[in-house]
Amino acid sequence: MGRKVALTGNEAAAHAIRQINPDVVAAFPITPSTPIPQNVAQFIADGKMDTELVTVESEHSAMSACVGASAAGGRVMTATSANGYALMWEILYIASGARLPIVMAVAARALSGPLNIHGDHSDIMGGRDTGWIQLVSENSQEAYDNLIQAVKIAENKDVMTPALAAFDGFNISHSIEIWELEEDDKVKEFVGEYEPLLPLLNTDEPVTHGAWAPPDWYFEHRMNQLHGLLNAKDIVASVGKDFGKAFGRDYGLYEAYKMDDAEYVIVAMGSVCGTTKDVVDSLRENGVKAGLLKVRLFRPFPYQELSDVLSAAKAVAVLDRVSPAGAQGGPLFTEIRSALYDMSNRPPVINYSYGLGGRDTQPVHINSVYDSLKRIVETGKIEKQFDCLNLRGAWG
Amino acid sequence: MALLNELAKKKEGLVNGHRLCPGCTHSVIMRQVLAAADTDKYEIVAAAATGCFEVSTGLYPYTSWNMSWIHNAFENAASTISGVEAMYKVWKKKGKTNKDIRFIAVASDGGTYDIGLQALSGAIERGHQFLYVCNDNNAYQNTGNQRSSATPFGANTTTSPNGTIKHGKEQPKKDIMSVLEGHHMQYIAQASPSNWRDLMDKVKKALDVNGPTYINVIEPCTTGWGFPAQDAIKIAQLAVDTCVWPIYEVVEGKVIINYKPKNKLPVEDYLKPQKRFAHLFKKGNEHLIEEYQKQVDRHWEWLLKREEAGIGY
Repeated sequence: MGRKVALTGNEAAAHAIRQINPDVVAAFPITPSTPIPQNVAQFIADGKMDTELVTVESEHSAMSACVGASAAGGRVMTATSANGYALMWEILYIASGARLPIVMAVAARALSGPLNIHGDHSDIMGGRDTGWIQLVSENSQEAYDNLIQAVKIAENKDVMTPALAAFDGFNISHSIEIWELEEDDKVKEFVGEYEPLLPLLNTDEPVTHGAWAPPDWYFEHRMNQLHGLLNAKDIVASVGKDFGKAFGRDYGLYEAYKMDDAEYVIVAMGSVCGTTKDVVDSLRENGVKAGLLKVRLFRPFPYQELSDVLSAAKAVAVLDRVSPAGAQGGPLFTEIRSALYDMSNRPPVINYSYGLGGRDTQPVHINSVYDSLKRIVETGKIEKQFDCLNLRGAWG
Repeated sequence: MALLNELAKKKEGLVNGHRLCPGCTHSVIMRQVLAAADTDKYEIVAAAATGCFEVSTGLYPYTSWNMSWIHNAFENAASTISGVEAMYKVWKKKGKTNKDIRFIAVASDGGTYDIGLQALSGAIERGHQFLYVCNDNNAYQNTGNQRSSATPFGANTTTSPNGTIKHGKEQPKKDIMSVLEGHHMQYIAQASPSNWRDLMDKVKKALDVNGPTYINVIEPCTTGWGFPAQDAIKIAQLAVDTCVWPIYEVVEGKVIINYKPKNKLPVEDYLKPQKRFAHLFKKGNEHLIEEYQKQVDRHWEWLLKREEAGIGY
């Protein structure tokens, strides 16, 4: 049996890594994910895991060493945040293009400038097209559970694609929550052994990794890679079910919270979903048919499944923890709006930016979103397609 | 050192059919490097940085490599081999291999002196077992001869061009050997494919060190430097005989010069056959050649003094 522990999200990620006991971890410290490599180093120093830790001199080298280690033949993990993730950028594409199932914990954080070390989704949303599987966690329990599942998803033969499991910097990474730490043996059994396909270190069968592809091959490589990424959707669902069987916590592509008859729906990812659930509960007590659609899998984006869940909604608000940066809305908004486009009776959709650089998002702000949705349904008019929550002064 | 006829029978790590320019010394050097490895004792796994050598030997769906190697990006051959070597330690620990595998990272000056310097420094400091070979062709040749910090003073490149008021690169070449010496590695060396036996001895020595080692090799580039394809080794020899490219070792901090030309040739002998230096021989530019000679002499004298002092660490 697992046991209840009161630990931070970073400690949850570190314990998951300890139990997975990957062959190699190459990592560089950056707030707010620093405690992950610190904890891993301590676990190794105390003989609680025997991973080879490569204490690289930058995140660029962290991901580069991960690529080398994974191609050499074995299970490889890392952790990062924000600018560190951005510094890995070039190699994130190389990792996915080389079909190396590296797994990364991301304590999601704002990108500079101005410098800000606090939580938002600028890093992972910026990297949404790097070809990685992206799982987003609401709390420490999910951070732990998702990281364990990510290993099985990434290494699936039909997927062979790197995966990241993200959780909000500080809101989750540094907050102590009570969550269930499973037994070491059960986690080891769940993730199983990894048999690399074409290890560099098998010198009896020499292999070239990282050949370059001219115009008459590059396209095929990229589309093959896309197959692997798209295949992840079903694998995420099946691994989520298996995880439920093993540990009692089922996972799907999303979580539909009080969605059965929901008329006013918020779509969001990450820690804000906890606050939103509380607001939904109190609105429900007052007879308001509020619901939350929490997106767990952002890449590959399960647009069909999500639009099905939203089909009965009267009005939808999508919360993005990034700036739209010149697009019609944030990345979750544009994905959701696009997913709804094929529906004959699609609901109106609005978008909010919230929580940038660690700005607090409280029930009062979430309540204001549901108020806006009610107004849209009552008046049939959208006053503002895009707005901000808890910004000084009015947007626009 | 094996005899030539024995070397000729060795399984080649790098086979023919690659796409390097005719007369390119990349393949010559790498053939010497891989032939020097004592493959009866151990095997080699390599990482190559993006560059001429990589694009010419690893074009999908072909490979010129008869051995395991990986290409990742331009600036990270050293961090990539770090990861490979770390995984090897795990394989050994878990009994997944009983082989003795040693590691080579190869890059040119762009991937070493410049964009890859941080990754190289980090990998050396961490003490991974690998030999880093820098094939120094004095510029970013893969993108068409742009200046690097390894470009020598006065050289005409596409980003340090000769013009009416400027005459090639204005700064001296970075002394990468001194930069690397600061890492206090057990073994670093400079070599030339013209002195192939010396180069191969150095590779063999380096591969026997259980830690990071570095060899800087002059890699004359027929295309970027502008000399006839068949003269590459001759140019390398002239670099050695003019002391533009001293061949030496630094063993635990102690300088050992492996070759002292009996008749040290003037730098003009090296510069003259190369188009990249043609403007230096125009009237009014004599002072540039003087400056070039001064830089070469200063460095050579300094090396001689260091050798004489015999101070290691």
